[in-house]
Amino acid sequence: MPIQYYIYFCLTLFSIGIVGVLTRRNAIVVFMCVELMLNAVNLLLVAFSKMHHQVGLGADGAASQAGIDGQLFVFFIMVVAAAEVSVGLAIIVMMYRNTHSVDINFLNRLKN
Amino acid sequence: MIPVFLILIPLVAGLVSFFLKEAKTAKAWSLFASLVILAVAVTGIFFLHGANLFYDVPWLSEMGSRFSLLTDGMGKMLLLLTTISFPVIFIATYHNDYKNPGSFYGLMLLAQAGLIGVFVAGDALLFYFFWELALIPVYFLCSLWGGEKRIAVTFKFFIYTFIGSLLMLVGILYLYYQTPDHSFALQSFYNLKLSIGSERFIFWLFFIAFAIKMPVFPFHTWQPDAYEQSPTSVTMVMSGVMVKMGIFAAIRWLLPIFPNASLQFANIIIILSVTGMLYASLIAIRQDDIKRLIAYSSIAHIGLMCAAIFANNKTGMEGVMIQMFNHGVNVIGLWIVADTIEQRLGTRKFSELGGLAQKAPALAILLVVMSFANIALPLTNAFVGEFLMFNGLFRYNIWMAAAAGVSVILAAVYTLNMVQKVLYGNTVERTANATEISGNVKWILVVLVIIVIALGVYPQPMIDMTKDTVHAILYNR
Amino acid sequence: MSKLVFLVPLFPLLGFLVNGLGRKSMSKSLVSVVGSGAILASFVVSLLLFFDVKANGGAVSTLFNFIDVDGFKIPFAFQVDQLSSLFLLIITGIGFLIHLYSSAYMHEEEPQHFGRYFAYLNLFVFSMLLLVMGANYVIMFIGWEGVGLCSYLLIGFWFKNNNYNYAARKAFVMNRIGDLGFLLAVFWLLFKLGTATYGEVFTAANLAKLSSFDITAITMLLFVGAMGKSAQIPLYTWLPDAMAGPTPVSALIHAATMVTAGIYMIARSNILYTMAPATQTLVAVIGLATAIFAATIALKQNDIKKVLAYSTVSQLGYMFLGLGVGAYTGAVFHVMTHAFFKALLFLGAGSVIHAMHHEQDIRKMGGLKKHMPVTHLTFLLACLAIAGIPPFSGFFSKDEILTASYGVSPLYYYIGVAGALMTAFYMFRLYTLTFLGKFRGTHEQEHHVHESRWQMTVPLIVLAILSVVGGLVGIPEVFAEHAHSLEHFLAPIFAESAKMAEHHHLEASQEYLMMGGSTLAIIIMIVFAVNRYKKYQATEAENAGVSKLLENKWYIDELYDAVIVNPLNALAGFFKNIIEKSGIDGLVNGVGRMVSYGSRQLRLLQSGQVGNYILIMVLAMVVFFLIWFNDNTIVQLFNKLF
Repeated sequence: MPIQYYIYFCLTLFSIGIVGVLTRRNAIVVFMCVELMLNAVNLLLVAFSKMHHQVGLGADGAASQAGIDGQLFVFFIMVVAAAEVSVGLAIIVMMYRNTHSVDINFLNRLKN
Repeated sequence: MIPVFLILIPLVAGLVSFFLKEAKTAKAWSLFASLVILAVAVTGIFFLHGANLFYDVPWLSEMGSRFSLLTDGMGKMLLLLTTISFPVIFIATYHNDYKNPGSFYGLMLLAQAGLIGVFVAGDALLFYFFWELALIPVYFLCSLWGGEKRIAVTFKFFIYTFIGSLLMLVGILYLYYQTPDHSFALQSFYNLKLSIGSERFIFWLFFIAFAIKMPVFPFHTWQPDAYEQSPTSVTMVMSGVMVKMGIFAAIRWLLPIFPNASLQFANIIIILSVTGMLYASLIAIRQDDIKRLIAYSSIAHIGLMCAAIFANNKTGMEGVMIQMFNHGVNVIGLWIVADTIEQRLGTRKFSELGGLAQKAPALAILLVVMSFANIALPLTNAFVGEFLMFNGLFRYNIWMAAAAGVSVILAAVYTLNMVQKVLYGNTVERTANATEISGNVKWILVVLVIIVIALGVYPQPMIDMTKDTVHAILYNR
Repeated sequence: MSKLVFLVPLFPLLGFLVNGLGRKSMSKSLVSVVGSGAILASFVVSLLLFFDVKANGGAVSTLFNFIDVDGFKIPFAFQVDQLSSLFLLIITGIGFLIHLYSSAYMHEEEPQHFGRYFAYLNLFVFSMLLLVMGANYVIMFIGWEGVGLCSYLLIGFWFKNNNYNYAARKAFVMNRIGDLGFLLAVFWLLFKLGTATYGEVFTAANLAKLSSFDITAITMLLFVGAMGKSAQIPLYTWLPDAMAGPTPVSALIHAATMVTAGIYMIARSNILYTMAPATQTLVAVIGLATAIFAATIALKQNDIKKVLAYSTVSQLGYMFLGLGVGAYTGAVFHVMTHAFFKALLFLGAGSVIHAMHHEQDIRKMGGLKKHMPVTHLTFLLACLAIAGIPPFSGFFSKDEILTASYGVSPLYYYIGVAGALMTAFYMFRLYTLTFLGKFRGTHEQEHHVHESRWQMTVPLIVLAILSVVGGLVGIPEVFAEHAHSLEHFLAPIFAESAKMAEHHHLEASQEYLMMGGSTLAIIIMIVFAVNRYKKYQATEAENAGVSKLLENKWYIDELYDAVIVNPLNALAGFFKNIIEKSGIDGLVNGVGRMVSYGSRQLRLLQSGQVGNYILIMVLAMVVFFLIWFNDNTIVQLFNKLF
């Protein structure tokens, strides 16, 4: 499959994420949209990595180290994102307990 | 070693004072400390010579800065002023109560350490360090113990002086990089041969810093507010001693390092100073507040000193030297009177005062003497200084001297106006039950009056003390 | 003998200290003994010095170095020569009489204020002595400002009255204007010659160093000082107001001694003035103008002390006329005789005021002749002396000045004589309204009118004798060769000037004619004045026209207020309220306000809306991308993709 397809798809996914983050007020939805953006980036990383990996295979068929980094990054991102989700969800839960709402605009004051 | 003691004693005493809780202990402790400092200073200045007055050890060697202290004639004069004023201030305001007395007196003593440091520093970085050490306690003193508008006023004061300090720091660093051996020592600054272009530029960096501190028109607007809002004992330190930092620094750091620029810009600065004198005197005529009147009067007097510094002749410079001391004594005397009136009657407005001469004759006599010293009547100390300064200005330019002389007339107008409104006439509601001033204030004022008259009749010792400095500044550039 | 010199100012200084410090504990009689005794002691020493000077000439004695800097040296030194010893006698002699008089006049004061009064008076004498004894201009200036200070303190002696305080302040400030001129002249001398000591300045070598412009400028500036101290146009208005002080003060300070300081100073600097003809003309013109101008005002004043004050201004004008035409001896002579008769007039007026319980309006007096015979007689003698009737003292001194002025310009002479006629008129108007006619005060006042105590009458009598015979030390040469003993005594002081000046000698017959003519005119004037006011009724119609103008002193005070005081006040207000607050402070605060306005606007970005933050973040990233990859890269990227 040409790389362009991945790019188009990821761009779409990322844009959906951005629009969702910008427009929605529900903290959980915003959170999901952030995840969406992260996943778009992950996908793109894997796709590019794969592409570079193929290009990097020498004539002798020995695997080069060139394209592996991208996929390694994806794992890192997924791990960090998982940690982040747990913290983020905990914040949202606390926020719900305090305000009985998950509306992000409700928390516009920085103090008190 | 004497200068080291003079800095260390107030520093340590000040730090100790922070831990004193009782007002009585703090007062007694700080008074005791200031008297010890006075004793050390007098011993050092009058009985010890030579090496005792100098000190030089490596400090920040990598940067080429040494902990070097030196005491010349001008330094002696200002050390005397500083060390005399603090006990005087502590005694005169002995009955004033401040919250957190330990911190109050601690900061006062720290400021004294900084002031003394400025007057003896022989190294630019050290000078800058003490300059800030003197200013920072005063910011706190103003903002924590001041009047109603203290925050805004201190802020203004801080911004003004801090901008000045920063400009000066830039100047110091520039000069530092110009020295061949990368040294902050005063002497290597003196030996610098700057190009005329950079001299003209750096001159202004320093001058503005000092002009703000003096203050010279038009950098003066922080001053009346700060004097008005600070607790009076802090005002005494500021106007009696601290403004002398600016004048002192202009003489020690400006004239010898930038000889060409000082000559070239002398006319601008003298015109500014003389304008400021007339301007401040005129404003003083319309004041209704004792503290603001003294503040503006002080601007006028400082303007004359600044003009005389740049008149570039020995007579004027000699006048500045002794006037630094005399103005300090006189203005502290006036502040003591202002403070006494405010503490007892709860107002500083002339319009609410009157007839005090009937109720408090001793106060009246002392205020009259101080007022006449303020307008430089002959046989008071200020006459000698002003006579020499006007003389110096006259040698520079006749018309400048004549214009500046008009402020002498205006000084009579506003000072006598104050005397009349406060002391004479019939008593009013507030002054009807006024009583005589307390013993400590009375005796301190008597001491000041004796200084005023003694130095007015026989000023020659002071002139002799500073003669060498004047010569060094003007001829050994 | 010169070792005693420092004693002369020392006694009054001690008197000042003792009376000032002990004013609460000392009794009134002790205070007056100390106060008067100090001056008497000075007088005795002055007498000794006078005879010493007469025999051996002048001498300078130095106490210590006052100021010694690079460029000049000012010793604290006293010079007692013919001129200063004469002034010493006047100051301490009349000073003593007035101290004696004061001890009775001020007796109603509380002890504390009584002590204060004598302390001030002693301090005044001390300053005045410094002024005349100083051997250089700086010491003279010390005394010069010192007498100004004492004048201020004594005018405002009754400090509960605010009008008096204003008068005191006015006197001090106007004097200060003059003092500035004096000071500048001293600076000029120090600048050009490096000395202000008389003995050094007036040497031929030093005078040669001064260009004629220098001399003119110095003399003009010194004269400005004299205008202030000696109340000449345009700085005269403080003197009439100074009458707010106690009457003996007016007699001592504002008639006999302090106001003649200007004449002393010019007489002292006579060489400089002789070398500056332009200044001399100015001095003469100002003096003459003041003499006439003040005399016109005196014609219509109703306050007994105001009449005398304007008369003093007018007489001082004559002295300056004398100085201006080079008749230095005549001017000093007039200082002396004027000190006698004007002090007498003031003391007489004080005696009247005392008797009338502080009534000063002559319209409410009259007929005091029979109640106060001593005061009346002495006052009459003083009036005759000031009017210039021979052989009273005023005749000789005034005649000497007028004759000398005729030599310079006959116009001076005629105007001067016109002034003398006015003098005769207003003095006898004053005399007639006060002592002749019927009593016009209240009944109660009439009941209490009495002759004063001996402390007051003795000085009156002594001064009256001096006023009558004082002129005999200066009998014109025309009557007898070498009869003018004062001129011979003072000759060493004015010797240089006399050499330089050209002499106008009048024919003896013309001089007799002038004397006779003016005396006759004055007598006619006196008779006219006495007749005019003998039957004066308090109900006489209000004045209008010129006399209203005169009564209001030509509205000069109002003019000064409108032209100088009010504009300055307005300017000060403008500076205080506009320039200071809106201008400089506004500029400073403006910078601050701009910063804080900017940060307030910037703060709105920090709204707390998470959405906004993200939007800004996204936009920033887009912008960042656009900047980071220049146009070309982006175009290529797009081309590649699409």
